[in-house]
Amino acid sequence: MNKKIFSLHPDLDAFMPASEAEKEYMVEMRQSTTFFKDGVKRLLKNKVATASFIIILTIALASIILPMVWPYSYDAMLGVSPGKPVDSSYNNLRPFEYGATELRLIEQGEKVFPHIFGTDSSGRDYFIRVVYGTRISLAVGFFASIIVLVIGITVGSISGYAGGKIDLYVMRIVDIIYSLPDMLVVILLASVLRVSLAGVIEGSVLAKIGSNIISLFIVFGVLYWVSMARLIRGQILSLREQEYVLATRATGAKGSWIIRKHLIPNSIGVVIISTALQIPSAIFTESYLSFLGLGVNAPMPSLGSLASEALNGLTSYPFRLVIPAVVISLIVLSLNLFGDGLRDAFDPKLNK
Amino acid sequence: MIEKIQGGLGMNTKLLFYILKRLALAALTVWVVITLSFFIMRAVPGGPFLGEKAVSETVIKQLEAKYGLDKPLLTQYFTYLKDIVTRFDFGPSLKQRGRDVVDIIKDGMRTSIKLGLIAASIALVSGIVLGAAAALRRNKLIDKIIMVITTAFVSMPSFIMGSLLLVFFAIKLGIFPANGSTTAGLVLPVITLALYPMAYITRLVRSSMLDVLGQDYIRTARAKGVSGKNIIFGHALKNALIPVITYCGPMLAGIVTGSLVVEKIFAVPGIGRAFVNSITGRDYPLIMGTTIVLSVLIVIMNLVSDILYKIVDPRITLE
Repeated sequence: MNKKIFSLHPDLDAFMPASEAEKEYMVEMRQSTTFFKDGVKRLLKNKVATASFIIILTIALASIILPMVWPYSYDAMLGVSPGKPVDSSYNNLRPFEYGATELRLIEQGEKVFPHIFGTDSSGRDYFIRVVYGTRISLAVGFFASIIVLVIGITVGSISGYAGGKIDLYVMRIVDIIYSLPDMLVVILLASVLRVSLAGVIEGSVLAKIGSNIISLFIVFGVLYWVSMARLIRGQILSLREQEYVLATRATGAKGSWIIRKHLIPNSIGVVIISTALQIPSAIFTESYLSFLGLGVNAPMPSLGSLASEALNGLTSYPFRLVIPAVVISLIVLSLNLFGDGLRDAFDPKLNK
Repeated sequence: MIEKIQGGLGMNTKLLFYILKRLALAALTVWVVITLSFFIMRAVPGGPFLGEKAVSETVIKQLEAKYGLDKPLLTQYFTYLKDIVTRFDFGPSLKQRGRDVVDIIKDGMRTSIKLGLIAASIALVSGIVLGAAAALRRNKLIDKIIMVITTAFVSMPSFIMGSLLLVFFAIKLGIFPANGSTTAGLVLPVITLALYPMAYITRLVRSSMLDVLGQDYIRTARAKGVSGKNIIFGHALKNALIPVITYCGPMLAGIVTGSLVVEKIFAVPGIGRAFVNSITGRDYPLIMGTTIVLSVLIVIMNLVSDILYKIVDPRITLE
């Protein structure tokens, strides 16, 4: 072959087939990741959100496990034993103090489990009441958010899919409920429902939960679904019009495929985040109502009702107010911070 | 030119339509509240005299006749509605004998409005100052301190805040009286009510201020040689305060609901305490009256702040 020195033609003989090692080198090193994994990674990088999550997890686990192993129960009045006069030495104990009979046991060399936070005015161990109250508050917050989520998804998606007149009417109802002063209507409903419900549910399984908590759930179901419904409707309306949905449809995808593969994965993040942020607001509402005396039925404690009861003996026992106050603030704060972290991690569209 | 005028007119008529629409929605909301509270109250088993002890059948009959409760439900409803609209009359209180609900509300309002307005102004002024300071000293120590404190305040329910202030300042330190019926006693309730909106406004102003400071027109002003002070007060702050206007409605609504528990904690003789007492005392006409008055208040505040927002910021498109 006649070689031209200044030719720009590459000399084909100079090319060698790549060796296995070289091929390996060219392969992209980063493992493929799913949206979920990616979000979790981003979430773990956020120290505040991770710390909040650990705090919530600790509080939740403690509130579930501790009542099972604790020697005292939340409603047992320690000074009251059958056949004997009420032993008032158990009432209003300060932290790590003991009742009269317990002191005698200690003198005899037996071990008595301490009352870490003392006892309340009826001689009930205050520590376990706080723990149990935390459990109730968390449970109310969680289930109320689930109720809101279910109703919101149902109404929101029907309204978004159906469109037209149904959408118009549903949205007008949403507008009106949205502009109602929610707290006032909540108080009004709760104050009446607890009276009316008490008779209705008597003797059934629901009576165990108590008419007040059920009325709380009803109130949440009636009033707080509107923002969730708005959110879901908005998501459906905007996602339906996206080009990639049109593209999938053009390639012959069926409706169920589009919903499963595109609509749900794309809107689930927003929905989960707003559910997560709903929990602290539900806990807040519950404690607010309990504080006004409209919360859980006695003797069941919730953090709000504990704080409310503590107001009576405030001058002598301020710690009884401070403890549930700190717990509520801690729960609401960490849930909010965790929710914010979730939003930052799983909703990359929001990042500026 | 003509197009411009037509465009301007279009904007104004649009605004007018928006205001009319909002007014209609507000009126509808108030009507829903009145109707809801009326029928909810009538649905209570045993009627409003349930709490009365040892009342014979005949006495209940007489009481029902006196308060018009023996008439058909719809007649009662329309009488109730007519009394409110024409005479602003909510009927007599069931528990405070000889007093009309309107009088109790008027008495309570005097204290509550004072309390709420002072709290709102404190929250607005200090929130704007703190928020602007945090934005201008972004990521410095002062910004971090402000953000940590406001985050804590935002997640603390008002009844907790009030109770803690009561414990520390009234009981432990004894600086302020625990009872809110005197002027000095109003200090703690005002602080309690103001802290949450203050923290919220601080965060709001900080983020919108940071947003505005990054805008091109600020850079233009700086390039023209406008002094730092003029940029902040003449350009940045003015625009950064627009979101605060939208928050004013919810803020006042929050203060109204917050005052319910705050007045309970500090024993302030306001409408919030009257409301809470009426619930525990099952004074149904008083419950309804206070609910309706407070709702009207909240609805009006939201209406005004929404309309103001549309007027102040012409960039917002009207639907």
